[in-house]
Amino acid sequence: MSNDRTIALRVNGRDERATVPAHRTLLEALREIGHREVKSGCEKGDCGACAVLLDGMAVDSCLTLAWTAEGKEVTTVLGLGDLDALHPVQEAFSEGGAAQCGYCTPGIIIASKAILDENPNPSEDDIRVGLSGNLCRCTGYTKVFEAVREAAATLRGAESGR
Amino acid sequence: MNAPATDPGSLPNVRLRQVGRPLTRTDAPGKVTGRTPYAGDYVMPNMLHMRVVRADLASARLVRLDVSKARSLEGVACVLTGDDLPDRTASTDIPGQTGQKRLDTGQQILVKERVRYFGEALALIAAETRDIADHATELVEVELEPVPGVYDPIEALKPDAPIVQGTTNVVAERRIRKGDVDAGFARADLIVENTFRTPFQEHAFLEPEVGLAWVDENAVVNIRVSTQVIEHFRPIADAIGVPHNRVRIRGALVGGGFGGKEDLTVEVYLALLALRTGRPVRPEYTREDSFVGHGKRHPFVMTYRTGVTRDGRITALDVEMVADSGAYVFLSPYVILYALVAAPGPYRVDNLNVHARAVATNNMFTSAFRGFGALQACAAYEQQMDEVARTIGLDRMELRRRNFLKTGEPISTGFVPPSAIWTEECAERAWAALGDPTPAAGPLRIGRGIACYQQSYGRLTFLHDTSEAWVGVEMDGTVVVRSGVTDIGAGQASALGQIAVEVLGVTLDNVVIYNSDTAVTPLAGTTTATRALYMTGNAVKQAAEAVRARLAERAARELGVAAGDIDMAFNEVFVADHPERSMPFVELVRICGAEGIHRSELVMFRAPFTDFLDPETGQGQAHPDYAYGAHAVEVSVDVDTGEVEVLKSIAAHDVGQCINPAAVEGQIQGGAQNGQGYALSEEMLYEEGRLVTPSFSEYLMPTAMDMPKVECIVLESRSGVGPFGAKGIGEPAMTPVAPAIANAVADAIGVRVFEMPITPERVVMAMKRHDAAG
Repeated sequence: MSNDRTIALRVNGRDERATVPAHRTLLEALREIGHREVKSGCEKGDCGACAVLLDGMAVDSCLTLAWTAEGKEVTTVLGLGDLDALHPVQEAFSEGGAAQCGYCTPGIIIASKAILDENPNPSEDDIRVGLSGNLCRCTGYTKVFEAVREAAATLRGAESGR
Repeated sequence: MNAPATDPGSLPNVRLRQVGRPLTRTDAPGKVTGRTPYAGDYVMPNMLHMRVVRADLASARLVRLDVSKARSLEGVACVLTGDDLPDRTASTDIPGQTGQKRLDTGQQILVKERVRYFGEALALIAAETRDIADHATELVEVELEPVPGVYDPIEALKPDAPIVQGTTNVVAERRIRKGDVDAGFARADLIVENTFRTPFQEHAFLEPEVGLAWVDENAVVNIRVSTQVIEHFRPIADAIGVPHNRVRIRGALVGGGFGGKEDLTVEVYLALLALRTGRPVRPEYTREDSFVGHGKRHPFVMTYRTGVTRDGRITALDVEMVADSGAYVFLSPYVILYALVAAPGPYRVDNLNVHARAVATNNMFTSAFRGFGALQACAAYEQQMDEVARTIGLDRMELRRRNFLKTGEPISTGFVPPSAIWTEECAERAWAALGDPTPAAGPLRIGRGIACYQQSYGRLTFLHDTSEAWVGVEMDGTVVVRSGVTDIGAGQASALGQIAVEVLGVTLDNVVIYNSDTAVTPLAGTTTATRALYMTGNAVKQAAEAVRARLAERAARELGVAAGDIDMAFNEVFVADHPERSMPFVELVRICGAEGIHRSELVMFRAPFTDFLDPETGQGQAHPDYAYGAHAVEVSVDVDTGEVEVLKSIAAHDVGQCINPAAVEGQIQGGAQNGQGYALSEEMLYEEGRLVTPSFSEYLMPTAMDMPKVECIVLESRSGVGPFGAKGIGEPAMTPVAPAIANAVADAIGVRVFEMPITPERVVMAMKRHDAAG
């Protein structure tokens, strides 16, 4: 396409490039360059499955144009931790049974990370509000809330040197 | 407890060391890191992108369909219309595994002349990029001439109603006639009659329809797709005109199913385009495509007439059920059969008439959804129980206690379930767990409700269901399970692994489970009907037991005891009463390998096979067995705004035997979400068959703000027909939730809303009508 532009993205601490037109969303651009860990659920900002951290803030990548992410730090769920080194949030979700079909999970884990970055000791309400943009059809959220609390406790413990 | 706990396993030395524990599921690490590839995550070189052109009227004649401009757009590889597919239809019936006779339920793959529902597919476009495919859809010129349609199943039954297809709008009809209903009503002190309405529901799985199809070097059409049913390779092959062995379905972990990926979705489209172009093709389904592209839950209109004595004994029940089948048959005949069987609920009703019909309309076609008709019946019978209790002035729990079916008693069809019936135990536990009532304040009224249920697990027994699994031990002591079963998010695959390691005495991290591929995994049947654990769990257990028996026999010689004295656990093999006499599992496996002792087994598990129910009386066996339980809730209702909030949500189910308690709780808690949305907020609004709520901002399912913490009370009768006495929890988890909420709302405001979802508008209107009536 005539208005394609090559943009420099920094994804999970690595420099990457994507050649995309102006209307391409960050979700599409990330998936095009291989970040299949970012999931597409509605492409309208209704479900939160595509959430990533953009300079530390959780955003729906389907509502973010790829060009506007240039020069910013993008973190996907895989940027938090990988199979051999799970992030405490990922570990809490995995061990607590908070992922069922798992399709909403990358977005929910990103949103959970954003909650805990903002407030290491969130209340039940803080967690609910922080996850209100992420739909899940499998878990009924109960185990998701438990996993976030569990991760919060682990992270606080790590911080205080326990 | 009124039922005996049965033998938990056929092997005397299996003491359930791993089954029944909340082990981390084998699929969990991949999912929390995003490493797990879903069907939409696969790409291939030279791949095309598919879009579907859809009708924007629900009932119309196709006057003109001009795709010439789309075809000539640069980058468009292929455009298909109904004219390109002469006489091809896709079966909408249950994928038969044993060549069952099918209903005449073909659906046109692409519209030829007549559009019967909003969104029916007119043309398929495959292009080099998604942008080009999008652009090409806009170049397709469509002229539709409206034809009078019918959008309400009750209207569709009237003599002058437009006929959707064929000669009648009644697409299926079934009856139960049991005992003497007239005599039963004559004995009644009171007769209570009510009509209940339940709505369409969208599955709303987060992963839309995704996949990738290509034709390989053997002329086999490969389809990587998000599906609950890999056995669809047969109807796909029939639909595209190739032999059955030239279609291979490679499933992936499914991003939610709930019945919405039980029918064919995009498979036939992809296969046709891959064959025509010789190139890989992937679908580009938007959320809106998903909303209009797969069947919905059947709306039901159910009239219950209950005869009851003053002391609360049900003497007769007459039930009339009408289900909206939408424009094509799909699984409607089976959905109303489930509703028919479930009609009286978990109660003893000796004098019973049930008449259930599925009726065609020009609405979206309806098909499988978690609960499958039995759930709609529960929504009616449990609200009716509360209304009966209110009418005769008896406590709701007491009325239920006086009528509960007990273990060993026959259900509606005269069949005696082989397992325990612990409805009462579950109901008492759930009701008690509600604890102290939340105090009412300001405009908030507090109400409580309970609902009990009966839900089958396992498919209809006249379908002669089977499931295969293969279990083998590698030379290094690791275990492989191979089974075609699809994993739709409940941990189906991981549960199979947990069963295998229990029997073989190894640990879950030593197992790999290969599943969901028609070419390399033995066919296990569908992940539907709460059957995966029951059927495939039994197959895996039996296969693992066969392997264990051979290994134990060899170990017995090595350790100088009888085979029956050998036990295996946590990668060690030992003499049961003398665990110090042991050898590592891996050493035993090496010996067996060196001596040519067979270390694998393929097993086919067969469900009970029966005839159809008697067509006149509906008597006979319909399912292998049934699950029972209850759900209790407390709600607040704002009498000014009509808003309902669920404050407490407590589920109590007899699951027979947990394989993985965390997974069981996950099913229960997810079912609570599905049921709460169904009861209160999820509404598919149609105007003349046109869906006007095709997004998650219009179709409102409960969010993290709406869901209470769901408390799970899990009872284990160990009496089920599944592995180790397991029953099933997939569908049961959801079935009683909505009527429990409806009963709580009625309890709070003193008036019932007879139609779900119980939206604020309906609450306010019901209270106004009640006030006006004085």
